[in-house]
Amino acid sequence: MTGEVGLLALCLALALAIVQSLAGLAGARGDGGNGAAIAQGAAMGLLVFVSLAFGALIYAFVTSDFSILDVAQNSHTAKPLLYKFTGAWGNHEGSMVLWVFVLSLYSAFVAFAQRGGTRLTCAALGVQGLLAAAFLLFILLTSNPFVRLDPPPFEGAGLNPLLQDPGLAFHPPLLYFGYVGLSAAFAYAAAGLITGEADAPWARAARPFMLTAWIALTLGITGGSWWAYYTLGWGGFWFWDPVENASLMPWLVATALLHSALATERTGAFRTWSLLLAILGFSLSLVGTFLVRSGVLTSVHAFANDPERGFFILLMLIAAIGGALALFAWRAPKLETGTAFHPISREMLLLLNNLLLTAAAATVFVGTLYPLALDAWIGKKISVGAPYFAITFAPIFAVLLLLVPFGPRLGWRRGDLHSALRILLPAMGAAAAAAVVVLAVARPASAAGAGAFALAAWLIASSIIDAVRRNRRRTFGWSAAASALAHAGLGISLMGIAAVSCWKSEASEVLAPGQSLTVAGYELRLRDVGEARGPNYFAKRADIDVVRNGRVIETLSPEKRSYPAEGQAISKAAIRTTGLSDLYVALGDERGHGSWIVRAYLNPLAPFIWLGGIVMALGGAASLFGRLRVRVAKPLAYVAAE
Amino acid sequence: MMRTIALVLFSLTLSGIALAGPEKLANPQLEARAVALQQQLRCLVCQGESLDESNAPLAADLRRLIRERIAAGDSDDSVKAYLVARYGDFILMKPPVKSETYLLWFAPLGFLAVGGGIVALIASRARRRLALESAARDHVLGRTEGNA
Repeated sequence: MTGEVGLLALCLALALAIVQSLAGLAGARGDGGNGAAIAQGAAMGLLVFVSLAFGALIYAFVTSDFSILDVAQNSHTAKPLLYKFTGAWGNHEGSMVLWVFVLSLYSAFVAFAQRGGTRLTCAALGVQGLLAAAFLLFILLTSNPFVRLDPPPFEGAGLNPLLQDPGLAFHPPLLYFGYVGLSAAFAYAAAGLITGEADAPWARAARPFMLTAWIALTLGITGGSWWAYYTLGWGGFWFWDPVENASLMPWLVATALLHSALATERTGAFRTWSLLLAILGFSLSLVGTFLVRSGVLTSVHAFANDPERGFFILLMLIAAIGGALALFAWRAPKLETGTAFHPISREMLLLLNNLLLTAAAATVFVGTLYPLALDAWIGKKISVGAPYFAITFAPIFAVLLLLVPFGPRLGWRRGDLHSALRILLPAMGAAAAAAVVVLAVARPASAAGAGAFALAAWLIASSIIDAVRRNRRRTFGWSAAASALAHAGLGISLMGIAAVSCWKSEASEVLAPGQSLTVAGYELRLRDVGEARGPNYFAKRADIDVVRNGRVIETLSPEKRSYPAEGQAISKAAIRTTGLSDLYVALGDERGHGSWIVRAYLNPLAPFIWLGGIVMALGGAASLFGRLRVRVAKPLAYVAAE
Repeated sequence: MMRTIALVLFSLTLSGIALAGPEKLANPQLEARAVALQQQLRCLVCQGESLDESNAPLAADLRRLIRERIAAGDSDDSVKAYLVARYGDFILMKPPVKSETYLLWFAPLGFLAVGGGIVALIASRARRRLALESAARDHVLGRTEGNA
């Protein structure tokens, strides 16, 4: 029954999505019909039925209903309850249902909040209805999660053990809240173009959705990076992997959008930029989905193996992106009013922020897709790895970070560079001091590392200066807190990234019980390797004493787990963190006579990488909270630059 | 991420986890060269991982091969050339600059140039508008003062 209830709910949701889009677009004409009320009701109904379908799928996973193909292929009775639950979206079909669930959640928010007036809300609901209908069609035609299996198997095939991790269980929902949140910004952008109401109130209406999406993306990327760090077994935190890049590109564009919308919110300036960035942000989310879901990433030929899904997503991509860009090209020129500002002003810095962030995103785009394009066109295979991004992406981002502290310090229209420089003088001192200390203390000496620490000190010190000054003048509100936190978070992450990249120590040895290896002043002594059992895995667990100054300070227990149901093995690293550095130990293969390969790293400041991400997200939350406290109809009180 | 995981897992199931270790060279200078080299070369099975980081058995074989060549007295460049001859440019983490990668390498500069041009255009218009606005304001103010 569960499967049929779910399927029926999906069909009804499709019907409601179509109603929502038609009623919404009709209501957007603002001719006093009841399109608005119908679209609003349809959005609520959509949420109800998609939730029902999603709930049915989760129920099938939790109860291990193997008569449903998706459950049989991706679950197992021995799995802990948490992973049965989260396994519902740990596969293609389920993740698409999650996608539509999040979409319908946002569209219900849009319908409920009615931000920016009836016409804008109606048009946004119409666009969201179109998106929901397209994704529901995609699910029903190519990725039905409720397909029955007759006869049902006795046992399921299990879930990839790497996904059986609390970190990864909640990573996809967070990331989807980000990706799909950008669809709300996209819907508002399209709505602004359709109704012609793309001015300051438009930006204020859309901002909470942009912020929610950005916060979720920031946390999703941070969490994904942390998960890769502790599960992949060698302490890396970012791989420039196409799937990671697929989440980084929308984040970069969403960051640009948040900044450009600051100017739009105030006077309607840069409205075409903001509209275009909102369209691009969600387009990149769709491109990411296409890349991840169509299989083109591993090989351009994989696309031909499962053409149905890839082709459908490609069609959606062309319709959504092409449609929105055409709408933009048609309507946007009539909307631009032109703004007046001096080259030394906050507007100029926001413009430079937009330029550098979009150039960075475009660089990631080219680096990700170039190998695919080259393979498809001339059949040559190349790899674009971290060194490419270090040469192209890093300098663009470094210039951006260099400019960041000036943003909050320069006034709108015409800023005072002289006073900004004077106020930021202590931050420059901090940057110089950081560079000198790093060059003097850190070995091996690294100019790049010193530069990165100088930039980080510049960002953090200027954020502190900004907060202190505004507090003294009683102008320290939510938006000032937001920019201080977000910019300081960048600096914190940068320190962690630079320290691990430049000064990571590592050692690997074959150890018999009683033998030890040394990494960065820590002696790691293998006590023994024993057996351990988990709910659905067997493990070899090593007990390794951490010895410092002749004293055992801790025992670490890295594991090698094998999952019999899935027939797979993973390494579970053990990490001892002091908050300032991570001692990271992984257990490798057995090399006969009870001796084992042990690999250890000391990653200085590693926790800062993710701490910075969390601080940035807190900045986003501060901005969101500040915006929601102010009624949309009233003009916002802005913190003027001193 | 899923693809990486799938590939990593695929290689793990073949091998167990083959972490680097016993294939070290005794001479620390040569070993440092080998480590530097394997950081610039990619694992042919996993996505996004270098030979240095990969757990795949093929990566372990290649790490051993690099050490054999270095021990035999090959320079870094000739080790790389040897591997490129066998596996193509695919094995290089940093793609070589040649005709088919010009677009890849120079695209970021292109983005900055085009974007910079647009920004400069917007900024110069905005500046002119600011000058016009303040001129107009002066004019209006001047007239009211004159009337008073």
